[in-house]
Amino acid sequence: MLLEMVADTIGDRIAIGSHSDGTTYAELLATARRGAARLRAHGTERVAYLGLNAPQLPALLFAAGAAGAAFAPLNYRYTDAQLSAAVAALAPAAAVLGPGAAGRINGGNGVDRLDADALFAGPDAGPDAGPDGEPAFVAPDAVAVLLLTSGTSGPPKVAVLRHEHLVPYVISTVEFAAAGPDEAILVSVPPYHVAGISSVLTSVYAGRRMVQLPAFAADAWVELAATERVTHAMVVPTMLGRILDELERRGERLPALRHLSYGGGRMPLPVVERALRLLPGVDLVNAYGLTETSSTIALLGPDDHRAALASDDPAVRARLGSVGRPLPSVELQIRDDDGVPVPAGVSGEVWVRGEQVSGEYVSHRATTADGWYPTRDRGHLDAGGYLFLDGRADDVIVRGGENISPGEIEDVLLEHPAVADAAVLGVPDTEWGERIEAVIVPAGAPPAEPELQEWVRARLRSTRVPARVHVRNALPATETGKVLRRLLREELGAAREAIG
Amino acid sequence: MSEHPVPSAGVRLASAVCSTEVVVVRVADPTVVIECGGAPMRAAGTPPTPGAAPAPGRDGGSLIGKRYGGADAPVELLCVKPGAGTLTAGGHVLELRSAKALPASD
Repeated sequence: MLLEMVADTIGDRIAIGSHSDGTTYAELLATARRGAARLRAHGTERVAYLGLNAPQLPALLFAAGAAGAAFAPLNYRYTDAQLSAAVAALAPAAAVLGPGAAGRINGGNGVDRLDADALFAGPDAGPDAGPDGEPAFVAPDAVAVLLLTSGTSGPPKVAVLRHEHLVPYVISTVEFAAAGPDEAILVSVPPYHVAGISSVLTSVYAGRRMVQLPAFAADAWVELAATERVTHAMVVPTMLGRILDELERRGERLPALRHLSYGGGRMPLPVVERALRLLPGVDLVNAYGLTETSSTIALLGPDDHRAALASDDPAVRARLGSVGRPLPSVELQIRDDDGVPVPAGVSGEVWVRGEQVSGEYVSHRATTADGWYPTRDRGHLDAGGYLFLDGRADDVIVRGGENISPGEIEDVLLEHPAVADAAVLGVPDTEWGERIEAVIVPAGAPPAEPELQEWVRARLRSTRVPARVHVRNALPATETGKVLRRLLREELGAAREAIG
Repeated sequence: MSEHPVPSAGVRLASAVCSTEVVVVRVADPTVVIECGGAPMRAAGTPPTPGAAPAPGRDGGSLIGKRYGGADAPVELLCVKPGAGTLTAGGHVLELRSAKALPASD
């Protein structure tokens, strides 16, 4: 439906790819309709996709939507055994293998492999491809997308997003066909990430040309952004740091770029300040959202960034480290452990409610009867309603009865010039219940443990000082840059057992 | 489907007097009749009555991609095909909802 509207209005504009050889909206709609007719004929209710960012991805997303089937993009970083388990959990399902994925999923046991090229190659189909020729109707509560959460603090869960969540998200946050003909967005977030899906939906509805980077690498990103004169992009924090390095190395400043949004994890303040310095003409947007909320629920906009940077008021300046204010269509509250809302300035769990909020998994529903979803993120609001995140509720360290957020200690460690990356976690301790330990990646020669302990003591307080500082070459992370704390915790726990 | 379908979210309706088509986004009052150009809207797929035109005063037009309704309206509609008729519900004009200017975030 969304794609149909765009194709009706600006069908001859390029939807995906270059101006010279890209796919128009009219062609994308025709491709999606051919795919939908094949999927309807097949009768499958779930369509898995394994592959990189490619033109088939938007076509398949819309084809599955029109056919009333759930679209389930899979993580190509999984081992073949993990993939088989993921697909088996979706069965009965059709599996579409995109570029780079040939032979990675076996058919059988309720899984039908479909060839992407054959799927879209059939005869042209109209919108009325139902068996009786009646208009195809997809119920709003039909499942649109199934996504695995990243599982940084526990095993991944399969989140359920229905049409009734995604459609309101798109139509209430995006102005239809409002993108200028020169606008282009560089999509480099993998398809199995919620931003990879929402990016396709919002870009299409806005009529903004998508330029796809099959898989992220900073040099390829900068190259493509320059040649395609990209105006918009969305990146996760680790990507932005590497992109800024690459821009400095090349002396490239991407004159066409005017809008850069970032999200999907904690962004270190030094990286934001560097981006503002290196790309002064670019509007920065910090977006906070979860898989379970159909992407963005709070935004720190370009004006917020500029006001914070220019302000002498420490409270306003601090907002550069916030994720901004909730969308007008989303209600947001901070609640204590008993589920009671707390006033501004007090930390607690972030709860949200709104049409785009699903809060539902294949296994269970996490929302309350009145629609509130506990995000498991901890944070607080300031007097102006700006949201500051402290980290995952499951990552809170309880030391001697005091709740400590690892995020504030990590931020302080990251400000040390010799620290490139840092993770702070609680390790079981007989005296304190949990004690604080830090794992750092040095920027050069590793700094001495006492120096970093003193650094934290001087900026926070003595209860925040890590009892140990471990040095590693890298932190285990998801591809989108989220630290896998559960792995680090297991590692530190195992080391402790070996010693003790 | 009956000629004048009961509005529920996701249902697509067509104008009887112009090219307007809408999708129902939200329903507060399922008993209300949704009209376009002064005539009740019908199930999508029903072509406009030949020779029909919007009634005088109900010819303000509909714009694709715009939402009509508002907080207190009985329904909210998304226009998916534009036309010449004014969208009303139970005889009351549905207001064009102003877009919230939000920066792109994904």
